[in-house]
Amino acid sequence: MTLGELPIGGSAIVDRVEGARAFRRRLLELGLIPGTKVEVLRVAPLGDPIELLVRGYRLSLRREDAALVSLREGAA
Amino acid sequence: MNASPAAMERAPSPRRAVLLGNPNVGKTSLFNHLTGLRARVGNYPGVTVERRVGTIRTKGSLHAPIELVDAPGTYSLSARSEEEQLTFHEVVGPEGLGRPDALVVVLDAGQLARCLYLLVSLLELRVPLVVALNMADESDAATDLPARLSFELGVPVVSTNGRTGEGLDQLVSALVEVLESARAPTPRFQVAYDSTLRRDADRVADALPNDWKGSVERTRALALWALGTLEPDDEWTNVPAGLRSRVAEVRAEGRDIDLELAEARYAAIERLLVEVGDRPPLTRIQATERVDRILLHPLWGFLVFVLTMCVVFQALFAWADPAIGAIEWVVSAVQGLVTDMLPPGVLRDLLSAGVVGGVGNVIVFLPQILLLFLFIGLLEDSGYMARVAYLVDRIMRSLGLHGRAFVPMLSGFACAVPAILATRTLERRRDRILTMMVVPLMTCSARLPVYSLIIAAIFPLESSGPFPLQGFLLLFMYLLSVVTGLLAAWVLGRTLVRGRSVPLLLELPPYRAPRLAPTLVMMKERALEFLREAGSVILIATVLLWGLLYFPRSTETASPSGPTSVQTPLEDTYGGRLGKALEPVVEPLGFDWKIATGIIGAFAAREVFVSTMALVYQVEGDDENSAPLRERIKSERNADGSPRFSPAVGLSLMVFFAFACQCMSTLAVVRRETQSWRWPAVLFTYMTTLAYAASFLVFQVGRALGF
Repeated sequence: MTLGELPIGGSAIVDRVEGARAFRRRLLELGLIPGTKVEVLRVAPLGDPIELLVRGYRLSLRREDAALVSLREGAA
Repeated sequence: MNASPAAMERAPSPRRAVLLGNPNVGKTSLFNHLTGLRARVGNYPGVTVERRVGTIRTKGSLHAPIELVDAPGTYSLSARSEEEQLTFHEVVGPEGLGRPDALVVVLDAGQLARCLYLLVSLLELRVPLVVALNMADESDAATDLPARLSFELGVPVVSTNGRTGEGLDQLVSALVEVLESARAPTPRFQVAYDSTLRRDADRVADALPNDWKGSVERTRALALWALGTLEPDDEWTNVPAGLRSRVAEVRAEGRDIDLELAEARYAAIERLLVEVGDRPPLTRIQATERVDRILLHPLWGFLVFVLTMCVVFQALFAWADPAIGAIEWVVSAVQGLVTDMLPPGVLRDLLSAGVVGGVGNVIVFLPQILLLFLFIGLLEDSGYMARVAYLVDRIMRSLGLHGRAFVPMLSGFACAVPAILATRTLERRRDRILTMMVVPLMTCSARLPVYSLIIAAIFPLESSGPFPLQGFLLLFMYLLSVVTGLLAAWVLGRTLVRGRSVPLLLELPPYRAPRLAPTLVMMKERALEFLREAGSVILIATVLLWGLLYFPRSTETASPSGPTSVQTPLEDTYGGRLGKALEPVVEPLGFDWKIATGIIGAFAAREVFVSTMALVYQVEGDDENSAPLRERIKSERNADGSPRFSPAVGLSLMVFFAFACQCMSTLAVVRRETQSWRWPAVLFTYMTTLAYAASFLVFQVGRALGF
């Protein structure tokens, strides 16, 4: 499953981050590294972007970007 | 106040500190407090990003002044946008800026982990620094968090509040102390990179240019930076080829260095956070969460959004009107005064129409600029602006625009000038320029008099049924401008204003009560900047345009009534001659030299078209409701007796006004905001081409269909 598919209220653990290098580096720098817990807080009224809780702060990502983050089940 | 100029001269040379941090951590508020709101705004050499520098007022004048640079916000030193690269240069100093004497790193106490990521790479560079732990008071942080952080990091940490100015005296003393201690800092905090990565870094370090090297730690940090940042197609300049090829060589071994770096740093940060007992700011999150449940609600959220935007738009469109009217009244009163006091002649006309008129053309923008920045300031400060971007991102990004471009685009329906100034709310230069390029396509209020005149003159009321054609036409013009603007954004974003795709990263900051004071300061700054920089261009252009429609003076001096100054017929002025010369060019659009002259006159401001047309046709009345002008336009005939203004001509003319960049003030502001003539040239060229092509199509098709 990817972060783009996680339902509202759902949480999971980051497994892998993909994408072009500059792009992927930015996600990594923001703390979306393997083993990090992410939770989907809500989805914008038009379906995009999605709002996440990562490392105690709220971050909004577009679905297409979130789809580059694959997830695994479980607690951090 | 400050020391006298003489004392300043004797003072030792200033030391430079750079203020930096993640975007939206309250850096600018801190900067304003520290420098007493007297920033000097310049530009980075070679690029067109604004560089704000101020002087820190230290208590007592024993210390040399400290110059503080407000570096662009960044999440790391590896970033690719122009602004973020400049932050790297400010810190490391290879771009001719020189090395800073110290850094002030701002951390948002509510987002410590992410903020520490930047701090880690700064500590590794061994630049003397102090940490401002901002907003600790509202993040449930333990009161001893600064002390614990300071202990674990090994650098001074001061709790600050950029909104109230609390903690700033302590921050300045900590900074002075760091500046005065000569020894290089030795932070306690270290990231444990694995041995392979360290070996790789050492291999890269050999290829670093000599002037980049420093202590062992600094050299290694720069080598890690190069490993984690450089790639064949990046935009970094001044990176020696030898360094690039060494990095490529090491990276070619196939390990995931970017991930290793991020993992090692976050592992260290996580340990640190456990050590200092950091916990997520629950109160702040919960309070904001409750508000967001309404403001980001699919229904209520949009309702609030639409209402808010209506208020902003209404303010620009209607509330600014009395002030604009007052300014126009004063300007014409002054013009009357000048006319009365001076003897008739060129000087009188120059002063009254050219200079006073030009000053009027500048200050007439102030009400809208001030109002727009009042709203922007309040929206930004409360945290709602980020929600606007969040709500409309889905729409805006399909056009290649950032969600934050919404407010400038909307403002463009009132006037492009304040709207272009408002693009400052966008962080990336690429997004700013793209927005500036499409904002002038929005139907601004200056187009309305032109549309009204044409519609009233050519599509008379009597031809209307229950649904008057005029209303539809006006609606059509608005829709046309929106659709074209969005298409233009789509096309330009893929051609002239291309940019790398970076993940949209919207932070929804906690809601706070908006403050009036910093908003007023911003309004003042923006207005003064506009007057100073765009104002001069507008004034000069007004005088030039006045001259174009005034000279040459008629040679016949003796008329029966005496040697009065004779008004040159418009068609004999340079402007009129230019219009005539342009006639063959605009003929395929259905225009004659009179319309061409009107278009030239409209360059001062679109609505001037109406009064220029009154001059061309030598009728009284200079507003769109003037009946004589309408009648005159209606009765104008071609050589074959057919009406000059057929529906095809009228539509073609309206389409021309919709698309052409008929506004010197817009061009002046784009020049000011981009600091180059390139973008106004691009704007003018593409819009004029578009206008010409569209009008050509409308007129030719219209005529072929018999309109």
